[in-house]
Amino acid sequence: MIEPLVFELSRCARRGYDYPSCDVPQVDVPVALKRMKAAALPELSELDVVRHFSRLSNRTFGVDYGVYPLGSCTMKYNPKINEKTASLEAFTHIHPLQDSDTVQGALKLMYRLLEALSTVTGMSWGSLQPSAGAHGEYTGLKIIKAYHLANNQGHRNRVIVPVSAHGTNPASAALNGFEIVEVATDERGLIDLTSLDALLDDRIAAIMLTNPNTLGLFERDIVLIANKVHQAGGLLYYDGANLNAIMGMARPKDMGFDVVHLNLHKTFSTPHGGGGPGAGPVLVSKPLVPYLPKPDIVCVDGTYRFDWDSSLSIGKVAGFWGNFLVLVRAYTYIVRMGLHGLREASRHAVLNANYLLAKLEDLLDHPYGNFCMHEFVLSAQSLKDETGVSALDIAKGLLDCNYHPPTIYFPLIVHEAMMFEPTESESMENLDILADTLRMLIQTARTDVAVLKRAPEHTVIGRVDEVLAAKSPVLRYVRKETTEG
Amino acid sequence: MGSIPKDLRYSKDHEWVRVVGDRVVVGITDYAQDSLGEIVYVELPTVGDTFQADEEIANVESVKAASAIFNPVSGTVSEVNEKLEGAPELINEDCYANHLYTLSDFDTQDLDGLLDADGYAEYLKTLA
Repeated sequence: MIEPLVFELSRCARRGYDYPSCDVPQVDVPVALKRMKAAALPELSELDVVRHFSRLSNRTFGVDYGVYPLGSCTMKYNPKINEKTASLEAFTHIHPLQDSDTVQGALKLMYRLLEALSTVTGMSWGSLQPSAGAHGEYTGLKIIKAYHLANNQGHRNRVIVPVSAHGTNPASAALNGFEIVEVATDERGLIDLTSLDALLDDRIAAIMLTNPNTLGLFERDIVLIANKVHQAGGLLYYDGANLNAIMGMARPKDMGFDVVHLNLHKTFSTPHGGGGPGAGPVLVSKPLVPYLPKPDIVCVDGTYRFDWDSSLSIGKVAGFWGNFLVLVRAYTYIVRMGLHGLREASRHAVLNANYLLAKLEDLLDHPYGNFCMHEFVLSAQSLKDETGVSALDIAKGLLDCNYHPPTIYFPLIVHEAMMFEPTESESMENLDILADTLRMLIQTARTDVAVLKRAPEHTVIGRVDEVLAAKSPVLRYVRKETTEG
Repeated sequence: MGSIPKDLRYSKDHEWVRVVGDRVVVGITDYAQDSLGEIVYVELPTVGDTFQADEEIANVESVKAASAIFNPVSGTVSEVNEKLEGAPELINEDCYANHLYTLSDFDTQDLDGLLDADGYAEYLKTLA
């Protein structure tokens, strides 16, 4: 049964709250500011509200419920100790405008987190302000733009992205006023060097890469690519989307990157937003440090404070100091794991992906590479040609088996793409069952196509009409007119 | 592979072109519509605007991706298929009966650079 909206559950004059008695002087609100019509708020008892949200919470799906191999998203388990530290009153009961002398612990945590992230990436320093990955990209590219301007290279207006890039890469570059040029992928699934050479001239501001790339393959020519781009006067931007493959084993700085953004919600086990608060810190090499957002956090004689002093900084990019409690969670994860633990996490993420790949390789096409890093992309094209069952149908079938499906139809260069990233969180047994489930679904594709075309049938909502949803979305509840007005 | 009518010409970007008197009609091929999946939105050019060959002229958005349409033959837009605004899924239903736009004053040399049905079928084999 579909859960009604909280507005539909509303009954006139039902109440579930008590105001505490007023402990401040009452003030008359000017008539001009007063609402003339009652606010259309839902009216429910406390039990109505608790049941409504309990039912909804049972219908969500997260890594706490089951396997969530959503490629490129690193849906690793978020240890509950992160929540424990993030709910400490010493962190939740402070105000961003408090004098820095009274929040030394919070500043120390941010300073140490920046130190840790600098160590993992090899970068010199960074900013914790950006609120998400794409915001980090925007900030990083703004830094690159400021650097070129300050070095009389303002004419550099092009950013190179691979055809397999995350959609946010070209979007962030465009938002910064850059022109986007695409570099092709060769038959290895790596950057095509000939195609890259043709793009390198004095118009290039930067190239944006992930490494390993979106196909889950390590760009083995990265040092050569970095030299070529640097020789042409451009900078290298590292999208941290795939850092979970290389922590403690390879550093973006050593590969030649100048700017990095990290997704704390991917690699460092903070919750994926669902639109909620996130964090996408940016880290840079030494020559770019003066351009970082302000304020910076500095430590002088054991005392931490904000430093606003800079003539070159791109300025502030977030309200206050970023999403602080997300930073607490990431720092907790890093401290608990230690460098050894982070390296082990990456090793297991890569091992798990290769194990799952080996189990699935005979079921679906594997267009690029033999081994993979932390994720891999299969294609359901042959299956679709043979049976008519597409990647979408298999994904919907997985929903009926209590799995979150892998990413589908991305990257665009692989037809009928299915992109798996099991992360280090899953045990071998869980991966075996996932592989068996996929094997069963692909057998069903050969024997009973209709079952998969109808899927999912065991979820509260069945197959969604995506065309109708895109063409005529219903985005808000319209209240039925009642006699109360 | 999908159907490839013999009487049309084809671009490597998967557009088809039909010559009708002094105009050319442009649409996307069966391969293109099948790769895109269910189409939810089509952005068409403005009548009267002139486009070079290989210039971005329209956008087709499906549940999977948004894709640019590259104009196969230079010319001036004389008509667009307005039915697609309300019913973009017509392209999925029959991509050869539901064109995107028509060009006048087109460049016949560009036409010569396009593939015939057999050539396009061969080209698709190289993509598999």
